[in-house]
Parts: sequence; structure tokens; C-alpha cells
Amino acid sequence: MDRLVVVGASLAGLRAVEAARKTGFAGDITLIGGEPHLPYDRPPLSKEFLEPTEPGVEARIPFFRNDDVYPDLDVELLLGEPATGLDVARKVVHVADREIGYDALIIATGSQLRTLPGTGHMDGVHGLRTLEDSLSIRAALNAGARTVVVGAGFIGSEIASGARKRGLEVTVVEALPTPLVRAAGTEMGAAIASLHERNGTTLLCGRGVAAVEGDRRVERVVLDDGTLIDADLVVVGIGVSPCVTWLEGSGLAIDNGVVCDETLWTGAPGVYAAGDVANWLNPVFDARQRMENWTAAAEQGAAAARNALDPENAKPYGTVPYFWSDWYGSRIQFVGVPEADEVLLADGDVENGERWVALYRRGDRLVGALTVNGQTVIMKYRRMIAQKSSWGDALEFAEKRRTSALATAAGRDG
Amino acid sequence: MKVVVDYNKCTGLGICESMAPDLFEVNDDGALVLLKEDITDDELQSVEEAVAGCPTEALRIER
Repeated sequence: MDRLVVVGASLAGLRAVEAARKTGFAGDITLIGGEPHLPYDRPPLSKEFLEPTEPGVEARIPFFRNDDVYPDLDVELLLGEPATGLDVARKVVHVADREIGYDALIIATGSQLRTLPGTGHMDGVHGLRTLEDSLSIRAALNAGARTVVVGAGFIGSEIASGARKRGLEVTVVEALPTPLVRAAGTEMGAAIASLHERNGTTLLCGRGVAAVEGDRRVERVVLDDGTLIDADLVVVGIGVSPCVTWLEGSGLAIDNGVVCDETLWTGAPGVYAAGDVANWLNPVFDARQRMENWTAAAEQGAAAARNALDPENAKPYGTVPYFWSDWYGSRIQFVGVPEADEVLLADGDVENGERWVALYRRGDRLVGALTVNGQTVIMKYRRMIAQKSSWGDALEFAEKRRTSALATAAGRDG
Repeated sequence: MKVVVDYNKCTGLGICESMAPDLFEVNDDGALVLLKEDITDDELQSVEEAVAGCPTEALRIER
């Protein structure tokens, strides 16, 4: 085992390299990235990085590591050219006209934005995936853009929040009747989406975009019911798809990402996958999942590298999925899975409250929890889900928290 | 061994609490409270997971 190649130079790829060195791997490591930048952190790009700064102060680019860390990791960086092909029989990755041989390979190519057809070359229309995207959106917000966000998912909602922070006019357009159904279920999707209206953002659901109009620059968005919305900035946040086109013809099983077993192995000798691109068997739920979140990318990157370098002792990777989103000063957190037989509001008041907790039941088991400003309980539920706790235990715990919170509040008032 | 929190980076996401609840807890205000800083040998693995899992990379272990 002499050569480790990691394709994808974002979080999962970086963590794969770091984990390989941490296990004592002394062979060659090559990190291949399609973007020209050193690895950087994406969650801030729709959060802190969009926040207004003092005049003359630039927002700090969220690089993961300083330049001097890479020589210490002894990693060859091939940045700015994406991998274009994989030959698992000869064990080579193609990058432009180069062939890079490997003994162990980590595929961590992440995901790419879905786009609105026909809007690709119009100024003022952006997705948000890369540093460049975020810089463009930030500049437009700073210039006071009237903003339309297409897609009421987490990224789009964070951008709406960043625009409202500057007092800008914002409309969010969502094709489905209720936002965030896939992420949080119908009841809680609607509940979270109510944060938009409470914070001055117009939310239009059940309506599609018929056209984005303008002469070179975007001027307005036309909805399928004929509504016209003037816009200087249109941000399209309608999801992502895994970056797998470069693997066509490789023989790897591709189905909603790269299909892996519970150890993140693809079935081809030495080839593992991690991050948004990996569709693996999560032993915690005994189900195939593909995550699009930070925690899974970080942990899978490291786990895939450890397993790739020592396949005989490969360990399953299991997790209780976790994601967070920050809107209008509220923190939304979700643990587990949203597909449930029942969703119960366990604490707080969705209509007027600043804080609430919802629990997700499947059969007799707690499988998910959603909190808005419930940072002190969310991870307690994450542990319960990991331990396969019963619904009854979850309700008992929720009741205990409610009682103790009331007692604290009473003590404070008294 | 000790765990050290960089409170300039920490935003109270709480992954650490889910990995090592004997050391970390996020309070009602959303701030991380270090329940104890010394790490026993038994706790080391879970604290290492907390360090690796922290989305703001705000934790480190001082040996």
C-alpha cells in the first residue's frame, strides 16, 4: 500500500488525507480538486460569510487550514482540474491528460447544484455552492439588491435571512405547497417556514418559476401564475445532485451517488467513497442513505481513509444524521430521519414561540428530533436515537425537561 | 490530558455533547459549558470523536 489518491478537495477529502497521516500512513498522498482553492468550509458561505461587515472590512474566507499545513501533511495538491475518469482495473484516475495511479482511492467529489434551465448566463442569477458564488451574492446584497430566492430549502432560507438583515426586500418562491418536507416532514416544514413571514420575507408556495427575464442582467422573475417580481439578485437553491458523471464507464455501481457497503467500500478493490457522493448502508437505521451535511462528510472522509488503508480491519460507519441551519437569529437543528409515523410537538409553541421541540416516531422508536432554539436538548435526543431508545422513553424525557424548564422559569419570576 | 475549547470558534452546535456528554453540555442560552476539562483514558476515544466531529473545529486535546 504505497499510494493513496483522494478525489475531491473539500471537507471529506481533507479529512481523508488528515486521517491517513494520523494512522501513520507514510506513502504518497495526492489530493485532486476541481476548484482552484485550498479546501474551505462551506456552511459559513450561506451564514456568517454573508453577514454585513463594517465598511472597509472584508469577510474572512473560511479556509480550513493555513498554507503551511499542507507541506506538513506531505500531500501533493492537484487543484483546479477535476478528475475526468476512473479505471478500476488499471487502478488509475484521469485528470486532464494525466494518469494518476493508486493503491487506495477515496472518492469525495461531493455534489453539484441543480440549476434552472435557461438562466445560466444571466448576470445576477446565482446558485450557492462555491466561494465565488458566495462572494457574488454577498456583493449583490451589499449593493442593496431586491432579492428573489428560488427554493425554500435551508440554503435559500439562509440567504433570505442574510438579505433581511440588511433590510432588503426578499421573496422566496417554492414549487411545493409546503417547504422542507423532505428534510423535516410536512408539519414541521410548515412550522419552520413560518419564520420567513415573521421576519418580513414574502414566501410564495406552490408556485413555479416560468421565466427569469432581463437584458443580460436579471430584471424580474415571472411565476407560473403570471406574478411578476422585480429582482436584482436571484438565488437558485433547488438542491444538489452527487458529482458522479466522471465515473461513467468505471463499472462502479451508481444509484443516487456511489453505492457503498457499511464500510464505505464501493466493491472495487481499494476504492471507497465519502461525503455527499456516498450512498452507503447506515447501520444505525439499517438503511441506505446519502447525506448532504457537514458532520457526515467529515466523519466519512476519515472513516473511508482508515478503511481503505486497512481493508482487512474495515469498520462500519454509522451515524445519526445531523444538520443545522441559522435563520433570522434562530438556530434550527435536526437529528435522525424525518420519515415517521408520527411527529409530535413535545415542547414550545409553533404559532408564537421562539423555541420548540418536535419528536419523530417510527413504530415504537424515536427516530428524529427537530428543535428551533433548543440547543440544550437536541444532542440528548441524538444520543437517544443512537441508542435506539423507545418512544415512551423519549416522551418521558421530554416531560421531565418541560417540568424542569417551568420550575426554572417560575424561580426566575419569583 | 485536557480538552480545550476555542470559544471564538464555538457556536454551541453540540456535536461534542452527543459524543461525550460527561464533558460537554450546551446550556439553555445555546452556549457550550465544559463540565470538566480533564480527560480519563476511558473518555479519550469519545473526546477524539468530538474533536473530529466539531463543525467549527473549536476543540483540541492538550496532552
